[in-house]
This record gives sequence, C-alpha cells and structure tokens, in this order.
Amino acid sequence: MAEVETLNMIQALNSALDLFMEREERAYVLGEDVGFFGGVFRVTEGLQKKYGARRVFDTPLAEAGIVGMALGMGLAGLVPVAEIQFADFVYPAFDQIVSELAKYRYRSGAQYTPRVVLRMPCGGGIRGGHYHSQSPEALFIHTPGLRVLMPSGPFEAKGLLLGALAGPDPVIFLEPKKLYRAIKAEVPKGWYTLPLDKAAVLRHGQDATLVAYGAMAPAALEAARLAEEEGYDIEVIDLLCLMPFDLKTLVHSVEKTGRLVVVHEAPRTCGFGAELVAAVQEKAFARLEAPPRRVTGFDTPFPYTLEDHYLPGPERILHALIETLEY
Amino acid sequence: MSEPNLPFSILNEDGSCPERYRALLNDADLLAIHDMILFSRHFDRRMMMLQRQGRLGFYMTSTGEESTMIGATFCLKPDDPIFLSYREIGCLLWRKVDLRLIMNQLIGNSRDLCKGRQMPIHFCFREWGFPSVSSPVGTQLPHACGYAYAARELATGQVCLAFLGEGTASEGDFHTALNFAGVFRVPCIYLIRNNGYAISTPEAAQTAAKSLAARAAGYGMPGLQVDGNDLLALVNAMRWAVARARDGEGPTLIEAMTYRMGAHSTADDPSAYRSEEETARWAKVDNLARLEHHVRWRGLYDEARKQEALARHEETVRALIADSECWPPPPLDSLFEDVFEHANAHLLEQREEYLRFLAWKARRRAGEMAEAARG
Ligand SMILES: Cc1ncc(C[n+]2csc(CCOP(=O)(O)OP(=O)(O)O)c2C)c(N)n1
Repeated sequence: MAEVETLNMIQALNSALDLFMEREERAYVLGEDVGFFGGVFRVTEGLQKKYGARRVFDTPLAEAGIVGMALGMGLAGLVPVAEIQFADFVYPAFDQIVSELAKYRYRSGAQYTPRVVLRMPCGGGIRGGHYHSQSPEALFIHTPGLRVLMPSGPFEAKGLLLGALAGPDPVIFLEPKKLYRAIKAEVPKGWYTLPLDKAAVLRHGQDATLVAYGAMAPAALEAARLAEEEGYDIEVIDLLCLMPFDLKTLVHSVEKTGRLVVVHEAPRTCGFGAELVAAVQEKAFARLEAPPRRVTGFDTPFPYTLEDHYLPGPERILHALIETLEY
Repeated sequence: MSEPNLPFSILNEDGSCPERYRALLNDADLLAIHDMILFSRHFDRRMMMLQRQGRLGFYMTSTGEESTMIGATFCLKPDDPIFLSYREIGCLLWRKVDLRLIMNQLIGNSRDLCKGRQMPIHFCFREWGFPSVSSPVGTQLPHACGYAYAARELATGQVCLAFLGEGTASEGDFHTALNFAGVFRVPCIYLIRNNGYAISTPEAAQTAAKSLAARAAGYGMPGLQVDGNDLLALVNAMRWAVARARDGEGPTLIEAMTYRMGAHSTADDPSAYRSEEETARWAKVDNLARLEHHVRWRGLYDEARKQEALARHEETVRALIADSECWPPPPLDSLFEDVFEHANAHLLEQREEYLRFLAWKARRRAGEMAEAARG
C-alpha cells in the first residue's frame, strides 16, 4: 500500500508541483504572486524557497506576457507551469493561447512540441461576482490543440496535474476554487497519475445518468442521494477530462439508463453540455427514453448577490432529474 | 510636449510650504479636502470591520492614497468623466455621490443602482461621471482614450481622467491606451497610483525602469512624477495636466508615488510579504498626517476640530450601515434583465424553467412541513 496523507485540493496541487519540480529539472513555475508569496490561493507555497527564484518566479502583471513567455520557454525545451490568477483574467492571454499555444505543434509540423501547463482557478460559489466566478472551459475545449482538465477533489487534482505535467501536450488545467479548501481526502504521498481521457463513475445506478465536473460533481452526488430518497437509482459520472472527454463511459451508461442529465456552471448556450448531449445522442439515440436535459448557469454574466440562484445546486439538479425520469 | 519643471514635493516635514505654493489651495478647499480624507479613512476602517463581522462580502481600502484620488478629482470639473481602477472611493466622496448609493452597492441590495450584480467596490455612477469599475485590470484605460476622443468630437469640453495602479501599467492595455492617446492627442490624463505593490508583487518586479512616468516619452506625451502623499504637489501637477488637456494640447501621464498602507483587499494578508518596519516607515509620511501638519501650520485646525470631525463621520457611517442593511436583495427577475434591451427567447426560457423549479421547491417544502406536522 502506498503511503497516503490527508490533503485539501490546494495541498494536493502543491504536492504535485513539488514532486514534478523535483523529478524534472526543466520544470519552471511562473505567474503573478506565485513566487515569494506562493500564490494568492497558496498553491505554489514553498516552491520558490525549495527550488529557487530562477525556477519559481513572479512575473509582471500581464497575462499575455505570462502565456507568451511560457510558450517561448516551452519552445526552447523547458517545461513551464504558469498560473493565471483567476480564469476570469485569462482573456488578455487569449490570443497567445488560441492562436499560438494551441496551434504550435500543428503548424510547425511537430518540429516544435511545447509542453506548457496553464493552471487557473475557475468557477463560482465564493461570492466573486462577474470576474472571480466564471467557467470558461467551453472556449478552450472549442480550441483544437488544448487538453482541458478539471478535477473535483484532492485525489483527482494531484493525479490529473501530474498526468498533465508529465504529458506531451499543452494543458488548460481548471481548478474549481470553491473546492480548494472545502474537501479533504486521502491522497497518495508519492507520484501517481490519472489518465487524461477517463471519466470516473462516482455512483452506479439504473434509472438515469447524471454527468458533471468540477464543483458540480459533489453537487450531482448530493442530488443523486436526494433522488434515492425519492426511490430513484442514479448513475453519477464525474468527467474530470473535458478534452478529450470519455464518450465511451457516457454512452455505456446512457445505454443502460436511457436518460441523461448534464450539469455545469457555465452559461447554457454553446456550453460544454451542448456537446455532451449531442455526442451521446449520436451514439445512443435509439436508447433514449426522455430528452436529454441540461442544468446550467444562465445566459447572463455571473451575478453577485443572486449567485445562489445562478449556480446549479443539488435541488435544482434533482428537479431536472425528476422531470426527466417522469417524462 | 516637454515636461514643465514642477516640484516632486511641496509640503515640508513640519507642515510648512514655500509661500508661493500656498495659494494653490485656499483655506476653505484645503479644509474640505482634509475633512474628506478623514472621512474616507474612517469609512475604510468601518468597512473592514463590517467585512470581518461577515456583514460585507468584500472590501478594498484606499488608506494611504487618499490625497491622490481626492486631489485629482478636486482639479476636475464635476462632469469630467473619471475611469476608476477600484481603489479610488475618494473620487466618489469628493463628487458627493449619494453615500447611501455607495453603501447599497457595497451590500449589493435592491437599492443598488447596478442591481447587486457586481462585487463590492465595483462602482458605476453615471450621474456623477463614473463609468463602471471592472475587475480585469487596465481594461478601462483605452475606454478613457475613446471617451476623450468622443468628448472632443462632441465639443463637450470634457477632460477624462483614468486611474491605474503601477502593477496595471504592465498590462498590454496600458501600452495600447497610452499609444492611442498620444496618437490622437486626446484630452485625457492617465494617473498611476504607484503604491509600491500589486498584491504581493513589489514595484521592482514590475519594471526594470526607474520611473513609470518616463514611459510617457515613448508615447509622445509629457510624464510627471509627483509625491502622491503631498496633496499640494499632486494638485499642482494635475492642474497643469488639466489645463493642457482643456487647451487641446493632448494627454499627460502622471505617476503619483504613494503607499498602500492596508492589505490589498479583505482576502489578503500583507504580513506574509512585507515587513512591519517598512509599513511603519511609510506611516510616518502618510498623506493624511502630512496634510494635517499643513492645516495646523496654517492655523486652521486643532485637536478639538479633529475629534468633532471623527465623531461626525462615525455618526454618518453608522446611519449609512443601518440604512443599507434594511433593504432586501434585488428581485429574482433582475437576474435576467439588462443582458440585452429585451430578454431574448433563450433567457426567457431559462427564466421560466427556473421559476418552475422554484414552484416545485416551494411545494416540496410545504409537503415536507405537512408531513412533519402529521408525524
Ligand atoms: C487582468 C487581471 N489580472 C489579474 C488580476 C488580479 N489582480 C487584482 S488586483 C491586482 C494587483 C493590481 O495592482 P496595482 O495595479 O498595482 O493596483 P493596486 O492594487 O496596488 O492599487 C491583481 C494582480 C486582475 N484583477 N486582472
């Protein structure tokens, strides 16, 4: 048995970065406030002290610079891990991500294969208003050339981040900040990786398939528990990997249950749920017994005071489940 | 285009100033500004307390930088637009924005003009010349250039002022805005509050240059570096820049050297990245303390007046808090309004679905209660 420790998500991410920097001397960490301070959420705490200010450094306040510089370091053979302080502040770097990072391998005929991981806290539930709450995953999933991951707990966070760091592709690593300190779990002390294309079935069930990721995964589990009280047996799938996503597991589940409910925080229209529903329908249309259903944020900017109405919670998910089950 | 020879500081350590600068501010204005800074500082203190008590979601103080924002606002006409970054509540206070509206924004209640949609301190008060604060830093800077261009086209005579922190001067939007402003010679002033830190990152990690004001040369505009803790020096520089802008001579970059005396925000603890010794050193040259020396030197102020002012300010803030806390949150419908002029079909359907959920939830609660009563 591997040795385990009880960590929250921040500690688990920190442990992954630490192990990776120890193993890979070409690994560098950069971003706003990540060096001396250890990051505003303290994910990089202690790394500068341990690995020095050349490998773990604060940048000027400029996201386009952070991503562009990380990409340049990657072209030269280093393995940079850059932090964007909040996913909401990634947009100054959008050009560098979409036009450059995502396409470099392809447009150079794989002469250049930069390994760059961009970590960014995302999601709502911390009363952060418009700009400390958004979930931009669909923008990146829609950009060919980027892997997109979103863990839902400490164990997943460490295993996915190590997998991302060790892998050959650019990765957008989205960290649901609401969960940063909310959940503690047993995490192996040493190195382990989770596959970058596999979903986790959190709960097996016969009556409907409930798909979620990030902070919506625990909400979905809770909804399934509430549904059980009403006599329903729900299968809950935590995607973990958004690009590529584990369509096989989804289709397999829906072929069994015949019903699909997808949950995410981001606005509905053109949200990732649209892709999930379409992809499952293409494979399992004949087995569906009710229209697939999305439970999502609204097509509005992320609100402040009325945040609790905007964010899907267990009861709202339960309601959608029941409507789908009673269809 | 070349810089005038304006002094970096005017106020002496003992509160005196050279006679020729005394007329920069008459006694009445000086006292009014001092009183406003005192209020601003008291307001900051009370909001921090409120946040710690869990009655306010978030706050950012401007403690230590008040002269910069209030002095700059003082130099403008009331209808000159000010593009805030976020740490400039003093501008609102000087323009006499209804304090209840400020408080309602902070709480995000139903009386907030922005309908509780933005985080605290993300103010927007069109009536008083304040376009909306936005979290992504630096985005307001090109807006100020565009507004100033429009003001000239529309012959409104307005001059724009845009604030930013020194960290924000590293963003691409800073470069874009100043380059555009220089090219189009717009009536716009860019005012950097160089308070030493961007969260934990010291100024030295933002730029290898000795001064940010020096960048102005690269944009074809004058750049002034002034002591931001010296109200008179700040007003002197601002007046020069405003006159220039009004005369159609184009933009100016001002860098006000000051210090962020408090935490970055209520989510920050600066003891992790800067020394108490440093903070204490800056407290000695705090802008409010220096201004107080000056008003006392002019013979306008004494301890009794100060105590009277503090008591008055506390009474004002206490009443404000009480008022703002008695309003409910904004109505649910406000969530779906203002995305467009009219909610589109997607939004209407989402609203309908959500209302269906709320009705179901209410029935479910009622059912549970009935069951509990029977049981
Ligand atoms: C584009 C963007 N990146 C990052 C942040 C997070 N952030 C908020 S304030 C801040 C520091 C800003 O420092 P400065 O411009 O010096 O202003 P100050 O807070 O010192 O007044 C940072 C990094 C942000 N708001 N926007």
